[in-house]
Amino acid sequence: MAALVLTAPQDMLARTAAELISKHGGVDRQRQLRDAGDELAYSPEVWAEMADLGWLGIPFAEEHGGLGMGMAETVLITEAMGRGLAPEPFVSAVVFAGGLIADAGAAEQRTAWLPQLIDGEKRLAPALLEAGSRYGLDRVETRAQPNGAGWSLSGEKVQVVGGVGADGFLIAARTEGGDDGLTLFLVPATADGLEVVAQKRVDSRNSAIVRLNDVQVGAGSVLGDVCGGLEPLGRAVDRATVAVCGEMLGVMTEAFERTIEYLKSRRQFGVLIGTFQALKHRAAKMFIEIELSRSTVMAAARALDASDADAALQVSNAKARCSDALILVTNEALQMHGGIGMTDEHDIGLFIKRARALEFAFGDAAFHRQRFAALRGF
Amino acid sequence: MSDLTAFREKARAWVEANSPEFLRGKASDPKAWAAGGRKASFTYPESRDWLLAAAARGFSVPTWPEQYGGAGLARDEALVLQEEIARLALPMPLTGFGYSMIGPTLLDHGTEAQKAEHLPKIARGEIRWCQGYSEPNAGSDLASLATSAVRDGDFYVINGQKVWTSGADEADWIFMLVRTDPDVKKQRGITFILVDMESPGVEVRPIRLISGASPFCETFFHNVRAPVHQVIGDVNSGWTVAKALLGHERTSIGGMGRGGARTSLPDLARDYVGVDEEGRIDDPALRERVTQCEMDAMSYGLTVKRHGDGLEAGHKPGPESSMFKYYGTELNMRREELMLSIRGPQALGWEGEGFEPAELNQTRTWLRSRANSIEGGTSEIQLNIIAKRVLGLPD
Repeated sequence: MAALVLTAPQDMLARTAAELISKHGGVDRQRQLRDAGDELAYSPEVWAEMADLGWLGIPFAEEHGGLGMGMAETVLITEAMGRGLAPEPFVSAVVFAGGLIADAGAAEQRTAWLPQLIDGEKRLAPALLEAGSRYGLDRVETRAQPNGAGWSLSGEKVQVVGGVGADGFLIAARTEGGDDGLTLFLVPATADGLEVVAQKRVDSRNSAIVRLNDVQVGAGSVLGDVCGGLEPLGRAVDRATVAVCGEMLGVMTEAFERTIEYLKSRRQFGVLIGTFQALKHRAAKMFIEIELSRSTVMAAARALDASDADAALQVSNAKARCSDALILVTNEALQMHGGIGMTDEHDIGLFIKRARALEFAFGDAAFHRQRFAALRGF
Repeated sequence: MSDLTAFREKARAWVEANSPEFLRGKASDPKAWAAGGRKASFTYPESRDWLLAAAARGFSVPTWPEQYGGAGLARDEALVLQEEIARLALPMPLTGFGYSMIGPTLLDHGTEAQKAEHLPKIARGEIRWCQGYSEPNAGSDLASLATSAVRDGDFYVINGQKVWTSGADEADWIFMLVRTDPDVKKQRGITFILVDMESPGVEVRPIRLISGASPFCETFFHNVRAPVHQVIGDVNSGWTVAKALLGHERTSIGGMGRGGARTSLPDLARDYVGVDEEGRIDDPALRERVTQCEMDAMSYGLTVKRHGDGLEAGHKPGPESSMFKYYGTELNMRREELMLSIRGPQALGWEGEGFEPAELNQTRTWLRSRANSIEGGTSEIQLNIIAKRVLGLPD
């Protein structure tokens, strides 16, 4: 396995990412966007700057205008975004949707979408979840009926991250019964019968219901093979999962550091509360969980980049570890802040809200422990 | 071919040519481990052959410089050698405190004369060492130790009692902490000194533990005379040396949390609990515990690797040894508890009929493991160290 250490260019990228996020206001920006109530819920000017810096092309080949980097670099961007609770739809649009087109798309689909995606001119949203589908990728009710040379799509996707304002959607639909009956479609937002309704989530992110009422698409909108959607979808989900783990690492690190600062400044009983051993030991245990999480994220990113045989195992190990660690850290962060942490005015509440959304993205800890055991065959 | 790949080929050829057939597969059999020493007894004569062959090549202490009996290997080469030894499930040729603790400490803090005198004997397995740190009234609060050393010409005269001295009854030399100045802040009056266990006035009494074994001793010192040139570092600066050595000890104890060539938990669970129609461990709650333990071990192993990769890349070592000691030992203890749960009533054997040898061994290793979170600084002390030195929380 590759060394679990940042190279000098990676270290530089991580610093640049942190600077960009804090330059635009850090966590304050997330609060302002939430209070403004705009359904887009992110800053187009930050998205444009990310495009200028080339970050929207990080995982893509240079022939498409990308930077030709991998997951090891991608998680550095998402970690910086996690630290500042930056709400730009980087994971959904770039890592997931863009990555899926680069992986499974035909040459004309890549040419049609990737350069504009990398430039920040067009944005795609993967429509994965349905009501009650939880984390099973094949738990899809949306139907695709053959219709002449093309297809007719009907169904409803929920919590489509980045769905508001997206130029197109990646939609999984059932074409036949069974696991192999899943087909991926690239559907423009302007298609007749496609309706986007904004949703409000606890983390105030861009999220939408996408309703498909007999949406007619041509044969050329199929991404990859008919009934062959599950495998590329699984690969895209693994990459997106690790990108999310990077964000989780950023969220837990920032929430933890803010909490340690609070323990060093808050006085009760005439002393700093950081002198209490009951809090010290819990803080030390959180530190260890964060260290372990960081190792798993770096390992999973590198395993995917190298197409290692145990990459899926590393991904599930990272997601389970980060989920448990993030919930521990954000819950403890709130507890250690005491009553002030319960107020909307204090930022720590923004972290605990984002933490839950990240925990449930692409499977929680229990789901990934089950997957780990299944992959190992016990 | 990379240098490391070339080294792996050489290491593999050497291991295959020089390791006794009989020892292959015996990595986790404590009777196959060699700690050396003047009183060394080898259950299997092959362990002695293996030690001597490795020592002749410098592979008993592979990372030490050649002039002290090592092979001067880089850390990544030493890991490759370790992997090649583990590939045949061979025990490491040399174990013990000489190799893991006082050796590295002498390399960091010893004078040229001290290194030349002691290191080659450790490398050849001629001298076995034990550690004199804890005292009856100085456990977690180690710096309050009271064993005294008073200067008398070219000697220190030592009086007091040490406890939990692992293997003192089999060791030839002891490295110990003594109080040389009782009138200053407690950490400032401690000296690190080496003592020959054959010196007049040294008395050793083994302690019987809950596991039935007696790996630890009480060691008494009555007017024991040790030459002043056996002080390591400066007089009254022993605490600094001791902390460095505790770092080596914590890394070595914490290392037990890693996977390696040990019993596979899933295999053991399949064996004792059975499997369902899909081949899974036929107890969902136990399967979940096995899964968690396997994932914790994987994450811990990755963190040890990341730390090592960082050192290799020139990062400065920090107080991470406390994290490894804490997590590695807690993980090992959880693993032992889980193996008891998996074996169920068959884990209750003490001796005699009705139990397999592995089951009898299990009972003892579980009881032994309860000390993991106590020895080398308790888990609570490690958390204190992290809170203070890493997080900077106030006293």
